[in-house]
Amino acid sequence: MTDKVNESRRNLLIATSVVGAIGAGFAAVPFLKSWMPSERAKSAGGPVEADFSKLEMGQKLDVNWRGQPIFIVKRDKAQLATLPELNSRLKDPDSEKSLQADWAKNLHRSRKENEGLLVMVGICTHLGCSPKFYPEIVPQVFDSEWKGGFYCPCHNSKFDIAGRVYSGSPAGTNLVIPPYAFIDENSLIIGVDEIEGGA
Amino acid sequence: MENSTNKSGLMGWLDSRMPITKVWKEHMAEYYAPSNFNFWYFFGSLAILVLVNQIITGVWLTMHYKADAAQAFGVIEYIMRDVPWGWLIRYLHTTGASAFFIVIYLHMFRGLMYGSYKNPREIVWVLGMVLYLALMAEAFMGYVLPWGNMSYWGAKVITQLFGVIPFVGDTLLEWIRGDYLISDATLNRFFALHVVLIPIILLVLVFLHIVALHAVGSNNPDGIDIKKNKDENGVPKDGIAFHPYYTVKDLFGVGMFLLIFLFIVFVKPDLGGLFLEHDNFVPANPMVTPEHIKPVWYFTPFYAMLKAVPDPLGGMIIMFAAIIMLFFLPWLDRSEVKSIRYRLLPFKLALSAFVLSFVTLGWLGMQSGSTIQGYMSVICTVVYFLYFVFLFFYTKNEKHKPIPERLTH
Repeated sequence: MTDKVNESRRNLLIATSVVGAIGAGFAAVPFLKSWMPSERAKSAGGPVEADFSKLEMGQKLDVNWRGQPIFIVKRDKAQLATLPELNSRLKDPDSEKSLQADWAKNLHRSRKENEGLLVMVGICTHLGCSPKFYPEIVPQVFDSEWKGGFYCPCHNSKFDIAGRVYSGSPAGTNLVIPPYAFIDENSLIIGVDEIEGGA
Repeated sequence: MENSTNKSGLMGWLDSRMPITKVWKEHMAEYYAPSNFNFWYFFGSLAILVLVNQIITGVWLTMHYKADAAQAFGVIEYIMRDVPWGWLIRYLHTTGASAFFIVIYLHMFRGLMYGSYKNPREIVWVLGMVLYLALMAEAFMGYVLPWGNMSYWGAKVITQLFGVIPFVGDTLLEWIRGDYLISDATLNRFFALHVVLIPIILLVLVFLHIVALHAVGSNNPDGIDIKKNKDENGVPKDGIAFHPYYTVKDLFGVGMFLLIFLFIVFVKPDLGGLFLEHDNFVPANPMVTPEHIKPVWYFTPFYAMLKAVPDPLGGMIIMFAAIIMLFFLPWLDRSEVKSIRYRLLPFKLALSAFVLSFVTLGWLGMQSGSTIQGYMSVICTVVYFLYFVFLFFYTKNEKHKPIPERLTH
């Protein structure tokens, strides 16, 4: 048997196996791709508009975008004034390692048109809990020198009023600033960076 | 084939077409297992019992369950209140999930104690580890199905782990969830995987686990090879037929197990929030995080390791490494002795420290995480990994007690 190996058949066998393996690879594509978000999910995950005209100074509004709470906060002068002096207590004061568009990579972490308005994903960058809002500049049980901001009860991450994470928190980066754009003075759209003609 | 041709009648007819008698003899009536099996040898057969319980109760649950984010939470209450005996079938399934892990952890501990993972049972061990991984996937996805708030946030936190992988993380996350968040799409696919794909994988793996075990024979509390001493018929002198001797023994184990298991099912099915968590009696709500997110008890040791590392990617690597390390035990343990009975104090201390660190991590994973608990998690994680390092170096020239020729009882 062994001395009668037909080499041409052997090559055919190898070629068939290789073609078969490539075919199986291609056949797997539709099955793997079918796990990606469907068209319906994509459209449901589209941009959402938010009207913040009724928001008072220091108040927070929660908007649902892609199932995530988006915090919209009107910050007053006193709150904004705390930001520069906190830099030494923060992990990433200049938002170098954090997720935001270039236009939000500044001290206030907001758009220039309305620096006081904070628009932020209300999901802790540690393990996805939703941090609680503690805006008052008063001592708290978790921080005796609290300057106002967000505190995550799950694993004790602390963030300032611009969502920047304090040193010593389990979260590694600042809270995420989603893409958003202002429609007019009192409303904005979350999920896009700029408003295209008539959106 | 020899024993099939010389029989007549129905069995002869069957045997010449399918090896019924042959398989029965090879795996039951003439499968010779060491005669000194003790308490720790109950858990293999109990694992099969629990698997059968999960499959039967699971199939019955699917008859009423709806994998729909709008209906899933309500339908569990429907099963509990309106379906005849629905409460029992569901509690058998939920308690069975925890029982499965108790049985498997004890089964694995037996392997560590008596060196059951060592040559020639490496494949048995590795298949068992793959089974453990599949079981964890099965349990995780099953936990999402009731669509309580802890289901939702647990799923979110665990899938989020894949999001920290550099470059592909975000796409991978969308691929796993089928959406930009945990949603109906996620629930539906977890249901399909939980009731179809992973159970099939589990059954195939259990089959292979037993095939591999029966090829090399069972280890025993003495860790010595009974096949070295055979009588004139080729039967190991220290072996007894699996059936009837061990079927009867295992039946006793089943009785004892059911006594405890059914007590929990009937009297305390949530076991004080340990088997069924309080936060899961509230419907899933993407906008409200439970006060304290934690997985069910059988995942908490790994969850504590995840939390012990400040960096999310590092935490994930440590968590998975903790499981992957176990795969390599057969090659990390280079000793010529298998059983703890003939190993000296250093091994016993190391194994105790390993188990203690794992159990402590399990407790820490349920806590909210004070500073002291954070340090404890780090220490226990280090001890957990040190066991493997210790084992590798210690077993190179391990001193041990004399190993007997024949089994001791």
